[in-house]
Amino acid sequence: MPRRHHPLLASLVALPLLLGGCAAATDEDAPRAGALQIYSAQHIDITEALAEAFTAETGIDTQIRDGQDSSMGHMIVEEGDASPADVFLTENSPAMTTVERAGGLAEVDPETLATVRDGLAPSSGLWAPIAARSTVLIYNTAMITEEELPASIMELAEPAWDGRWGAAPGGADFQAIVAGMLAERGDAETRAWLEGLASGAEIYQNNIATMEAVSSGEVPVGIMYHYYWYRDQAGDGRASADTALRFFGGGDPGAFVSMSAGGVLAASDMPDEAQRFLAFVTSEAGQQVLVDSGAMEYAVGEGVASDPALPSLESLEAPVVDPSTLSSDAVLQLMTDVGIL
Amino acid sequence: MSASSRAEPVALLAAAVAALAVVPLLVVVPSALSEGVGAAAEFLFRPRLGQLLGNTGALVAVTVPATLVLGTLAAWIVERTRVPWASAWRTLLLMPLAVPAFVSAYAWTDLAPWLDGLAGAALVTTLAYLPFVFLPVAAMLRSLDPGDEEIARSLGLSPAMAMVRTVLPRLRPAIAGGGLLVALHLLAEYGVLELMRFQTFTTAIMQQYAVGFSDVAGSLLASVLLALCLLALLLDIALRGRHRVARVGSGVQRRAERMGLGAWTAPALALLAVLVGLSVVLPVATVVRWLAAADGFEGELLADTASTLGLALLGALAATAAALPAAWLLERRRSKRAHLLERATFLASAFPGVVVGLALVTLSVRWVSPLYQTVALAVIAYAILFLPRAMVSLRAGLAASPPELTEAARSLGAGGTATLVRVTLPLMAPSVLTGLVLVALAVVTELTATLLLAPTGVSTLAISFWREASALDYAGAAPYAAGMIGLSLPLTLLLRRQILEER
Repeated sequence: MPRRHHPLLASLVALPLLLGGCAAATDEDAPRAGALQIYSAQHIDITEALAEAFTAETGIDTQIRDGQDSSMGHMIVEEGDASPADVFLTENSPAMTTVERAGGLAEVDPETLATVRDGLAPSSGLWAPIAARSTVLIYNTAMITEEELPASIMELAEPAWDGRWGAAPGGADFQAIVAGMLAERGDAETRAWLEGLASGAEIYQNNIATMEAVSSGEVPVGIMYHYYWYRDQAGDGRASADTALRFFGGGDPGAFVSMSAGGVLAASDMPDEAQRFLAFVTSEAGQQVLVDSGAMEYAVGEGVASDPALPSLESLEAPVVDPSTLSSDAVLQLMTDVGIL
Repeated sequence: MSASSRAEPVALLAAAVAALAVVPLLVVVPSALSEGVGAAAEFLFRPRLGQLLGNTGALVAVTVPATLVLGTLAAWIVERTRVPWASAWRTLLLMPLAVPAFVSAYAWTDLAPWLDGLAGAALVTTLAYLPFVFLPVAAMLRSLDPGDEEIARSLGLSPAMAMVRTVLPRLRPAIAGGGLLVALHLLAEYGVLELMRFQTFTTAIMQQYAVGFSDVAGSLLASVLLALCLLALLLDIALRGRHRVARVGSGVQRRAERMGLGAWTAPALALLAVLVGLSVVLPVATVVRWLAAADGFEGELLADTASTLGLALLGALAATAAALPAAWLLERRRSKRAHLLERATFLASAFPGVVVGLALVTLSVRWVSPLYQTVALAVIAYAILFLPRAMVSLRAGLAASPPELTEAARSLGAGGTATLVRVTLPLMAPSVLTGLVLVALAVVTELTATLLLAPTGVSTLAISFWREASALDYAGAAPYAAGMIGLSLPLTLLLRRQILEER
């Protein structure tokens, strides 16, 4: 009867053919046997650069799964012994601590930890720092003078700053800062500060959105990590126009330096290759890949210089915190209590 | 007797699909209550929840009526008046389906950074979701026989009153179905709201899951969302009505007369132009401008396009096949049980993709590990998430194809298979294709479930777009936005042909 349905029938016949083609296309991407499985919450371009250089040096194939700090950390815990992951890389250490506390990490080769600068590695020895980033205050130079800036990050919670500062508390970056504050200043002070944040801060999606909000004058100051600013300045500078950075220094919680972390999973079925990967990342060659990638994060390897545009890591006067003690769970509980999450 | 024996296997199939659709609940609700009712209550009864509830409610209260009014009005102008270029408008009004909502939102944040909060969220979602109402209402207006309207007029009613008294009631299933789709999409929307800095249950759930994976807080929020979804489903049942739409009788169905607009021509044209301009021209022009600033495309674009296409096709087939049994049961054996099975398939769809995705991760890791991180699991998620799109289309198609024809075929001696092939399938084919296309369109822009479930190494256009967009890299995000629009455009045109072409 109705002739107009013939194109439909034709397309139904063609569909399996098309699907075959697509299935073939996706099969190439499926996890490859023999490839080191890297779960990465680090910026994907950094991880890709590291993996490429590692494969070039060792001939070991790698495959990367992209994700985000906390959710990927919890995903690995959920996967447990069945986890396909061999290596886990994070932007900040608290997500690694989540896996550590669930017993998911194998001990890192002591030689690997020895290549990292003194005082940066966690006391547990279960993961290695692979890069570092510093908390900074970004401010709009047209809206506020250097003298008017707060001397400590803690001041932002005061009523004088209501509606005048931006932050991205939904991200792991920010939670690492709060974890540092909690370790250093304790529960009551951190809670009060978070209450100030809940009532007085403008909330943005991430560091870059915070930076652009300050640049466009939505808020005069914002909390973020240093390298987003340096990267933008090295590029077209559009998202950071009319802004400058203030490093708090003096051991203030606002001078907190957060470690990007790398760990080998206890459940890995390629533990030797996984250890080699981590050793490569912290080695001079690996750290140079990080620096050359334009990431603008601090190198943590002994004897490797970070990008010359950055103030030296030692000059930041960061508070001294054992990264093993940083807990994201306690921070999340606090943030839930005060109504941010 | 034979009728009920035919219905039994179908009912079993429908029940199996419904069971699959509620699988996420099996993870979410127990997880929400895992720390006890007291802890749950403590978490729920706090100011933050009131704020989220208020925001979500306000968004639904603004956007649903806005889409219903604008969508119905636009459909009526295009289908029942002598507005100039009606055919072109018909195509253009469907085009928002080809522009992912979060791409539009991103374009708006570039053009009008001050636009955020409820105003921004409501504006972007209204424009993006307009076709969900326009499409079914326009299709219904085209297929309605003008007989009743003419009788009403012959009895002395004005054309407008005749329309209100005879046509509007028959549009109720289309309007209610469209409104339900809009409401469910609003409850599950993430990208637009994140960009508009407007916090709802879904953005809060995303945040909870981002920080705590399948934790208690995320599950509790998801449970509240589930309750909101139930509310929407009940409202829809109440509003849908039980009018028969299919026409049986002697003679050929005619097309309704178009009404002259007179002095109203200019305002009608202006309305259509504003709708199309804001929902299609503006975002597409912005993407084109970004594209011009992009310096060359990366190879990932091709791989992303291939995997997006593959997932969209598989997801569409899975969701449509899964919707068939309940849709058939509902139109042919209207019963309480059939209604229950159909409604069950709507539940999970109000969940944001991340909830369904995480539930499937948890279940597959623990119980069916061979499925973990396979394409199959992602396709199952799409089937669960987008069942309603297929269901709405199939039901509309079945409603417009009179069961008497099947019965007549059987009474003339055709067997079950012959009836299926020669009568039922041809009658259903258009609505099946519509369902396939609607689901495929949804998969092309799905973000959060794909992120969790896709095999390692598989990325999609939506994921790459979101990654670049989060870094505020407009030029870097543009090729992926263009890719999504490029994939969606032919699908949308196919949809238009299928539903609104001359019959």
